[in-house]
Amino acid sequence: MKLAYWMYSGPAHIGTLRIASSFKNVHAIMHGPLGDDYFNVMASMLERKRDFTPITTSVVDRNVLARGSQEKVVNNITRKDKEELPNLIILTPTCTSSILQEDLNNFCYRAALETKSDILLADVNHYRVTELQAADRTLEQIINFYLKKSNKLTQKKTVFPSVNIIGSFNLAFHNQHDISELKQLFSNLDIKINEIIPEGNSVKNLKNLTKAWFNFIPYREIGYSTGTFLKKKYNMPYIDITPIGIIEIAKCIKSIQQILNEMGHLINYDKFIDKQTRFISQSAWFSRSIDCQNLIGKRAVVFGDATHAIGITKILVQELGVDVIWCGTYCKSDKIWFINQLKTINLKIKPIITDDHNLIGNLIAEVTPEAIFGTQMERHVGKRLNIPCGVISAPVHIQNFPLSYRPFLGYEGANQISDLIYNSFTLGMEDHLLEIFGGHDTTNILTNSLSTNSSLEWTEETQKELQKIPGFVRSKIKRNIEKFAIEHNLKKITLEIMYAAKEANS
Amino acid sequence: MTKKNQQLSIKCETGNYHTFCPISCVAWLYQKIEDSFFLVIGTKTCGYFLQNALGVMIFAEPRYAMAELEEGDISAQLNDYQELKRLCLQIKKDRRPSVIFWIGTCTTEIIKMDLEGIAQKLENEIQVPLVVARANGLDYAFTQGEDTVLASLVQKYKVKNLNLKKQLKPQENKLILFGSLPNSVVNQLDLELKNQGVNVTGWIPAKHYTELPELVEKTFVCGVNPYLSRTATTLMRRRKCTLISAPFPIGPDGTRLWIEKICSVFNIQPQGLEKRETEIWKSLEEYTNLIYGKSVFFMGDNLLEISLARFLIKCGMIVYEIGIPYLDNRYQNAELLLLEQTCYEKNIMIPQIVEKPDNYNQIERIRALKPDLVITGMAHANPLEARGISTKWSVEFTFAQIHGFSNAKDILELITRPLRRNKEFEVRGWNQFSTKL
Repeated sequence: MKLAYWMYSGPAHIGTLRIASSFKNVHAIMHGPLGDDYFNVMASMLERKRDFTPITTSVVDRNVLARGSQEKVVNNITRKDKEELPNLIILTPTCTSSILQEDLNNFCYRAALETKSDILLADVNHYRVTELQAADRTLEQIINFYLKKSNKLTQKKTVFPSVNIIGSFNLAFHNQHDISELKQLFSNLDIKINEIIPEGNSVKNLKNLTKAWFNFIPYREIGYSTGTFLKKKYNMPYIDITPIGIIEIAKCIKSIQQILNEMGHLINYDKFIDKQTRFISQSAWFSRSIDCQNLIGKRAVVFGDATHAIGITKILVQELGVDVIWCGTYCKSDKIWFINQLKTINLKIKPIITDDHNLIGNLIAEVTPEAIFGTQMERHVGKRLNIPCGVISAPVHIQNFPLSYRPFLGYEGANQISDLIYNSFTLGMEDHLLEIFGGHDTTNILTNSLSTNSSLEWTEETQKELQKIPGFVRSKIKRNIEKFAIEHNLKKITLEIMYAAKEANS
Repeated sequence: MTKKNQQLSIKCETGNYHTFCPISCVAWLYQKIEDSFFLVIGTKTCGYFLQNALGVMIFAEPRYAMAELEEGDISAQLNDYQELKRLCLQIKKDRRPSVIFWIGTCTTEIIKMDLEGIAQKLENEIQVPLVVARANGLDYAFTQGEDTVLASLVQKYKVKNLNLKKQLKPQENKLILFGSLPNSVVNQLDLELKNQGVNVTGWIPAKHYTELPELVEKTFVCGVNPYLSRTATTLMRRRKCTLISAPFPIGPDGTRLWIEKICSVFNIQPQGLEKRETEIWKSLEEYTNLIYGKSVFFMGDNLLEISLARFLIKCGMIVYEIGIPYLDNRYQNAELLLLEQTCYEKNIMIPQIVEKPDNYNQIERIRALKPDLVITGMAHANPLEARGISTKWSVEFTFAQIHGFSNAKDILELITRPLRRNKEFEVRGWNQFSTKL
């Protein structure tokens, strides 16, 4: 047993559900108890989804414990098949159902005899893999299933260079914006987009995957298994360099160039990269500008998923001259890759591989950097320690699903990240200067204008009650109650009077 | 359209509906019982739910945590007793709570972890009282979590006080109220009763575990929330208390009848209640005018539905359907009678009550009925809004202050929020936001 109240990545079934619900016309049926369908709330709230999340639960209750759930699961699958006419139904086990050890595969087989849709059982072990690993696996499982199923799979490539983007999915950090940015980038490079999976795509299109010249995997966590699978089985080359920051974007484009050249399409992107870097994007010039000199030697720490932690660290160190003391990730399964990446940046950066938020909190307190780049948890640690924090990775809150265009990838992404980093540090500086010079002199003015010179007596319990009222409205409510007391010729304010005043004012 | 002989009818569907897991009760109970610590013994799934559902609370060093079960715990390679002892000693050292609540989950049920047995032995060893509540999704929905915790609490401190209290006489004129409410609402209800000459002896739960009221045979007890049927049963059967069955103090109508019922038990003629109720209704006019004749559909997820529907009907709304996870006819008897009576008085149809609803079927009915307002969980709210149907999140009713005379306004504030917004939006003609219909 482990004592915990916060985790960086969720349980395995969340990963499976994220992939399933990203596809169009795929329905997931969770095998779990009442209340395990919290994913629907997140999809509907965080992403402000307009449509009903295509996920239902086959509820595990006492009856199921007593009789087994075969009948129920099969009924639920066939019912959804008729109601929603999906192309694919994925039966998703939860931690509860995995202890029951029922033969879910057999249920799928039984149900498939009666359904028009394909039926799959998500193949993930709840106690061994995290949300991200499960998502990665489920995507590979679906791709594998549909490529196998398709008997007239074409080996013919498209006429012009084309790419599959693997790694567009829901509830991911700034993903929608990243994908738009990638589309823009490929269009500039004159490369056609073959398929983008899984978000918004249909499983019927998966048979087209092999037509692309190569695969592009922007994120380390989800899509990598699919990329390596397609390489192994269909000999499709892939690129897994995340285009975060000017330097990495250039690297990424150069390896695309290499792949295309090897495939006989001679092309040179050097001029494009140079033009974008120096004149279209602002971030290279920004890091040369005078303002940015102030960042040199500033101390920062970075924590997040493997992709973003490495990406941001590269920008901080290589593009802005910031001193990254340590860089960590909670993606424990990717430890070796992570450490190797850090070595290529700077040997002095200490790698931290943990999913214990307390440890990270302590490490931040120990170093007291000038800025933190991390998840929502690190933002809150920063608040407590008075250190500014830029949020660069999931897990995130609703404010990290912005309405406006905020990619992290590509040239516009580089602009966005530069702003984020710069704003984090200047806010810290401003704060620091304010402290040195005694702060903005507004506190006295405020309290003077708010105080009431009344001689009313507040009993101890009413004072306590008053403290429970949120600070920003407290003085207003206090004034209203006192006004009420004065109007009624009362000298002492009791609980009864407080409530009477509340009623009278409402 | 209403006939005198119209009967309440209760339909039962498939139970495929969205609700919060009952472990969510730790969110408000740890704040209520200030010297407590809640340990949820479950998996990552439970932790993920709490982390996301409770949002910012997580960052305030809450007095709750997960005892996250790992593969070794499931396959019994690790010893439950030793593991729990290790964690509880750590909690004792770091937080010094007066009591630790263990919240059993689906997983502890399925692997049959003997939490009650372990707790009994362990509390002597670590010298901290342990209360075990099985608030799991196999058996319960959302607010019923509080019910399991309070029921265990009632059972628990009986054992502790047994010897001391044996000599005490039955206490017939003592009143204990049960149900967790914010302290200011507790004070308000206490005052309402005090004004009628009824002194509330204590509350379950109290602000501190150490301040729980004495429970002696024949003590009068009364519930303030509709989801506390196990607690009520435990008080009656285990502690031989006398339950006062009344509608719940939600809305001015419910509050008045609740007070009247309590007064009648103590042979007190209530004073000025009618006037007080009328005044409250008058102060609500601005809101009731807005909702008069509008229709509402409860999808059902927190067991407050019957009381809220009854209040809204009294306000002049038409209720199409009352979905509810679980309905205890006996515990909610007075509330159901009041619902019937209110419908009769307002001359409208008694709404269909649907226990264990099926959300898919409900959405079909919503499409057909096109109610003015759907009270629903967050999983359905945005998709319904995108289809031009106004919604109110049901969860807000659990966390807002809705009890007593003066909080009736807060209920209507919540109910009318989407309707007031609609007034602004109507002219713009953007009602449909969904690509699929």
